[in-house]
Amino acid sequence: MSEPLMTEPPTTEPPTAEPLVEVREAVKYFPIRQGIVFKREVGRVHAVEGVSLTVRRGETLGLVGETGCGKSTLARCITKLHPLTSGTLLFEGRDITGLSRSQVRPFRRRMQMIFQDPYGSLNPRRRVGSIIGDPFAIHGEGARDERKPRVQELMELVGLNPEHYNRFPAEFSGGQRQRIGVARALALKPSLIVADEPVSALDVSIQAQILNLLEDLQREFGLTYVFISHDLSVVRHVSDRIAVMYLGQVVELAASEELHGRPRHPYTNALLSAASVADPDQAAARQRIVLAGDVPSPIAPPTGCRFHPRCPKAQEICVQQTPPLLAAAGDPDAHLTACHFPVEPGEDLTRVTATIPEEERAE
Amino acid sequence: MSADPTPGSAPGPADSTPDAAGVAVAVAPARPQPSGGHAIEGRSPWQLAWIHLRKDRAAMISLAFILLLALLSVSAPLLAHWIGWSPTDQDRTQGLTVDGLPVGPSGRHLLGTDNLGRDILVRVLYGSQVSLLVGVVSTLLAVAMGVLVGLVAGYFGSAVDTVLSRVMDLVLSFPFLLFAIALVSIFGSSLAISVFVIAFFSWAAVGRIVRGQTLSIREKEYIEAARSLGAGDLRIMFVDVLPNLLAPVIVYTTLLIPIAIVFEATLSFLGLGVVPPAPTWGNMLSDSLDFYQVAWWFPLFPGLALLLTTLAFNLLGDGVRDALDPRAERLFQD
Repeated sequence: MSEPLMTEPPTTEPPTAEPLVEVREAVKYFPIRQGIVFKREVGRVHAVEGVSLTVRRGETLGLVGETGCGKSTLARCITKLHPLTSGTLLFEGRDITGLSRSQVRPFRRRMQMIFQDPYGSLNPRRRVGSIIGDPFAIHGEGARDERKPRVQELMELVGLNPEHYNRFPAEFSGGQRQRIGVARALALKPSLIVADEPVSALDVSIQAQILNLLEDLQREFGLTYVFISHDLSVVRHVSDRIAVMYLGQVVELAASEELHGRPRHPYTNALLSAASVADPDQAAARQRIVLAGDVPSPIAPPTGCRFHPRCPKAQEICVQQTPPLLAAAGDPDAHLTACHFPVEPGEDLTRVTATIPEEERAE
Repeated sequence: MSADPTPGSAPGPADSTPDAAGVAVAVAPARPQPSGGHAIEGRSPWQLAWIHLRKDRAAMISLAFILLLALLSVSAPLLAHWIGWSPTDQDRTQGLTVDGLPVGPSGRHLLGTDNLGRDILVRVLYGSQVSLLVGVVSTLLAVAMGVLVGLVAGYFGSAVDTVLSRVMDLVLSFPFLLFAIALVSIFGSSLAISVFVIAFFSWAAVGRIVRGQTLSIREKEYIEAARSLGAGDLRIMFVDVLPNLLAPVIVYTTLLIPIAIVFEATLSFLGLGVVPPAPTWGNMLSDSLDFYQVAWWFPLFPGLALLLTTLAFNLLGDGVRDALDPRAERLFQD
């Protein structure tokens, strides 16, 4: 089955250090316009601000953060669905930041997306066979009658019955629909797959199936994943490295186990303390760090460290200076934290209080 | 992967003959075979709509009426030959009374004669040709134009949308009758002019509907998915957006045809449509104005034909809308 799908032999080696995608100082603003005929810009949503990331070939990079923290926008910037406001994007070593839509097309074959909503991402009026065959049709691969066996091969690969070729998306369950999305993404043998919350719309029992499918496919075809989720346990399960985002910025980036074992950013600590734990005794014993207030508006993000209004450790400097994303003292080089006062192992965040002025704090 | 999905049946998957599929199953009975001929056919939304429509009695009677009318109008020359009168033949012996008035329904003229002694049945049949032709052709033109403009406006948005929307507003605000009279006085009345005028005044309404639908479909995730695959604007517009517009467009088309038919009758009535002596329902009604007090059959039959036809199209349109609308209440009908 793998021969007709892969031109190169599947890579089974551990992830190499070779970067597949590099994002440098990526910034994405969405203008807010007002007016009926003549629209003027009245503000901007700072969706992504100054993100630098490297995705290595063969690895899974997890992106976590609350709703609205810019992780989906970042994913769409990486796959060139949104143009960057500023910054650079390198794919397989080539700068593709400024490429036009037609210039990007050859790169589209190499990077694909899996979408969050298995109901919204499949055209309800088209048959599954033609949806999965879309990549072939768009990139002019194979004659119409040659595509069908290839599509059915893909359907079998992702665990769908190839005989359902002529069915409509409405006739499938959520999990099956997500498999259709996976098959479509795999069709052109991409090297990168950006999965935007691929399991968050699914039942828990189905989530595991899709995650295992993605894992199997990664092993078989040497895929690189950017895996977006707000579910920490899912991300921990699939990722080699995890980047934690808050209000459009990466606040901590580390290997998966390192991040879970020694979270340094107060926000990461709060996130981890809120994640569900399967053991009820442990769940009862742990202390949750409850953050004050809501996520501030990305239209007017806070100065300095964007987390300072809600941070239990915030001090004067946090209001004034944006902390750089660096390896904190005592951390391995690959563990980066953007915090003036990284959390020490064993420190109890529920007992500290911020020393910043009252008006700077969140309600 | 261990197994080839189609062992021992190289041409198998694409082959649709039952024999080849049978062989493939015999070779590898354990695996489901992706054999083209036996692929499970999903019920398309259109099939479901048809199943629903079939239960709508009013719509089905209307559909039968429309099909019958179409059949009659196509075979009008044949029927005329069989009846024995052409639409312009004047019955010089018994077509008019001694006072020169139309003759009522009789064995010789089933629906009576008009003021010139012509057979009304034959003229109504021939009139249906004009009505259906103008109604359908001008509607198709209007829908094609409206879909194209609405799709472009809705898909591209911004400045393109602003310009095209204003054009549609402009067309919709035109006084159509004045414009029609002006056009006809410039180009002379003909079938083509009627079709053009009707299409010109109908497309903008379709365009508005399509634009609105496109605006919402454009934001769907599957459009983003198509874009991420590298699909171009044209492909997205016609392969991804258009199929989702078909339901409202079809509904609107069936409702637009009767409007166009009435429109054509209006033009003919005013003497702006098809040139007499060719019969249309509109010019027959117009001719009958002076005689309705003495010859009830003269305005009645063309009027009835017009009424029943528009009613049938409207009822069918309602039925189609109910059948295609997923939100319609179906609990109590099944």
